[in-house]
Amino acid sequence: MILAGKRPAWARGLKPSDFIATAVLLTITLAIPFIAYEQSRGAFPDGNIAGTMSFYTAFLVTVGVFALLTMGLNIQWGYTGVINFGVLAFFMLGAYTTAIITKGDPQGDFTTYIGGWGNDLNLIPALATDQWLPFVIATAAAALAAGLLALLVAFPTLHLREDYLAIATIGIAEVMRRVVIEERWMVNGSRGLTGVPQPLGGLVDQSDYKYLNVVIVGIVVIIVFFALERAVRSPWGRVLRGLSDDEEATAASGKNVFAFKTQSFVVGAAIMGIGGSMYAYAFSALSPDAFTHLFATFIFWAMLMVGGSGNNKGAIAGAYVIWGLWTISLQMQGYELGDVIESRMPFIRGLLLGVAIVGVLLIRPLGLLPQERRVSAWVERRVKKERSTPAPPAET
Amino acid sequence: MATPQTISPNLGDRLRGFQRSAGNIAAGGGLWAAIIGFTVWAAFAERDALTVGIVLGAILALGAVGLTLIFGVLKFAHFAHGDSMMLSAFIAWLLLNGIIVGERAGSETTLLPVTINDLPGADSAIWEFSFGYGLIVAMLLTAVLTAGMMVGIDRVVYRRLRRRKSGIVIFAIASLGLAFVMRSVILIFWGPTPRLYTPGIRNRIDLPFDVSVLADQLFILAAAFVVTGIVYVMLFRTKLGKAMRAMADNPDLALISGIDTDRIITWTWAVAGCLIAVAGVLLALQAHLDSELGFALLLPLFAAAIVGGLGNPQGALVGGFVVGITQEVAVTFDFLSPGYKFSVAFAILILILLVRPRGLFGERS
Repeated sequence: MILAGKRPAWARGLKPSDFIATAVLLTITLAIPFIAYEQSRGAFPDGNIAGTMSFYTAFLVTVGVFALLTMGLNIQWGYTGVINFGVLAFFMLGAYTTAIITKGDPQGDFTTYIGGWGNDLNLIPALATDQWLPFVIATAAAALAAGLLALLVAFPTLHLREDYLAIATIGIAEVMRRVVIEERWMVNGSRGLTGVPQPLGGLVDQSDYKYLNVVIVGIVVIIVFFALERAVRSPWGRVLRGLSDDEEATAASGKNVFAFKTQSFVVGAAIMGIGGSMYAYAFSALSPDAFTHLFATFIFWAMLMVGGSGNNKGAIAGAYVIWGLWTISLQMQGYELGDVIESRMPFIRGLLLGVAIVGVLLIRPLGLLPQERRVSAWVERRVKKERSTPAPPAET
Repeated sequence: MATPQTISPNLGDRLRGFQRSAGNIAAGGGLWAAIIGFTVWAAFAERDALTVGIVLGAILALGAVGLTLIFGVLKFAHFAHGDSMMLSAFIAWLLLNGIIVGERAGSETTLLPVTINDLPGADSAIWEFSFGYGLIVAMLLTAVLTAGMMVGIDRVVYRRLRRRKSGIVIFAIASLGLAFVMRSVILIFWGPTPRLYTPGIRNRIDLPFDVSVLADQLFILAAAFVVTGIVYVMLFRTKLGKAMRAMADNPDLALISGIDTDRIITWTWAVAGCLIAVAGVLLALQAHLDSELGFALLLPLFAAAIVGGLGNPQGALVGGFVVGITQEVAVTFDFLSPGYKFSVAFAILILILLVRPRGLFGERS
């Protein structure tokens, strides 16, 4: 207690886990630009600062997109304890919904897809600075579509044991992938969709778009983050947390378990839909090859488990850490690693993700940022008020 | 005006009520009639697809019996089942010819100094089969190795989680993590290129009633039959099997009746490991060795286990055939391209979950 008293004001209440998390985040934040800068010396004798900035910004855009998906998974698994092994389905649905809404009519002989309403949705031309309205509509539609799909999956499975839903989500992910690949007329099959318009894309040069994109994605992440933080501290969020802690006790206190689980699953899926939408804007090209189980489902589980289930900050931190390590491993390919490792790098990454999940479960089940104790916005306001008034003399 | 007060059940309850009544109607022979009707129709209209379906069904049945045993005794859904099947198929491939991917992707190098194919006559084809006795030896060796691997994984991962009294979802996530570890191991050692045990043409055999099958498929059926027989005897004629079934029924009761649950769990993994290995090798013989196949295979496997009722080995056996046949016959329809094979399995799974979540034989709650 004496030691705690000597800490400066900002460090009071910090736990050792906070320092681990800070150290990891800091290392990655420094390592990525540093390696990029080092490698740019090959072409530029003094190093390429602008290129490094651009690289790091593109990295942040991806982290933002993945943070959205991980937060969606966090609502489902972290807060409610509902398993979703088919993030891919909602991610993909969100991305493709966005693409077909914002794109114009199909061009050329080898492109067929439904939708293509981008130009018709510019409903209020006076407000349309390079079409922002279609993008808002498309993102909302992506969230809606993913939410509806979640509702469809939830109905037959959610009142059964937890693992049935897990199996069903794997199934829906597989079906989504198959439909996209097999039904050419729908979203152009395995050729994929390219040239998805980017919000406010006309305002800046194409090569500088990432600087604008990072702001847009950042704003969406912040909105979703604060909405979720408020939601989980509401009575609704407390029921979800009760469900993940002790389902029977929650049911016994008169809560409709099925309804709350469904709501959580749908809300989480809608956020994944938004994440998919942001993915479509950020990368502007979609292909079913990109949506593999590893890359579109499993990586988000690794992010959430490493970051800390049941903590939205943890979800974001996990996305940052895992994607940071992924990026560093990609950067490593610039160095001579030997053929054995170099030709297997993608598979080694997959192996490490799997090991990370199992390792976190065995060694540090709470992740980098463990779930926070306090659960009520009201209590937090009270605590803050008490803190701001001078503390009574200590008893010990 | 006062609003009329009616006791209206909420949506969830109403849904469950609907499910119960729908399940009862379907249980009154509806599902069985559909399955038998479909099979008989397929026997006349799509005989080739039906034959392949039966072969695939036998393989799925082996996998699903292992899955359902694990579920029964350990009470969790083993999401690494499909990938461990593929991994054991690749282990058998390694034992046969000792080859792994070399330094660069695409090149090959030999890992094992002595392989099964070095045995005299191990790779000369028996009868009309495409393989020699080497494959059978490799399959048996792989069964032992896979059993050891599954027991080892249980020691390192699942036992620790059990000691911590983790929820079933934690087990599910751990097994998913392991599934990706296994798949990555396959990719690291053998690369993404699909492979075959033996190259060359497969001999066809004409059977009565205008049925023609590959000789290898006859072997698959026979092997599946033998293994199923062994597992049946083990489960229903030995003390070990009795203890396993007791644990599946009621683990607490089993514990206080003096059953060494740790030992039973170890044996369950060993038996499941053997089943995984045999199913994996047979699947690779029927199709090919492919790292991509493992994860997607979870759908037909779980569909088979759920059709039979999770935890019910005889049910899983029947479920395997139901799913295998439906899957193969359904994709002969014009509107379903073969790519939808696993989606058909998923459709069966959802249908069963909707009308009869406890499976075709599920009367126990």
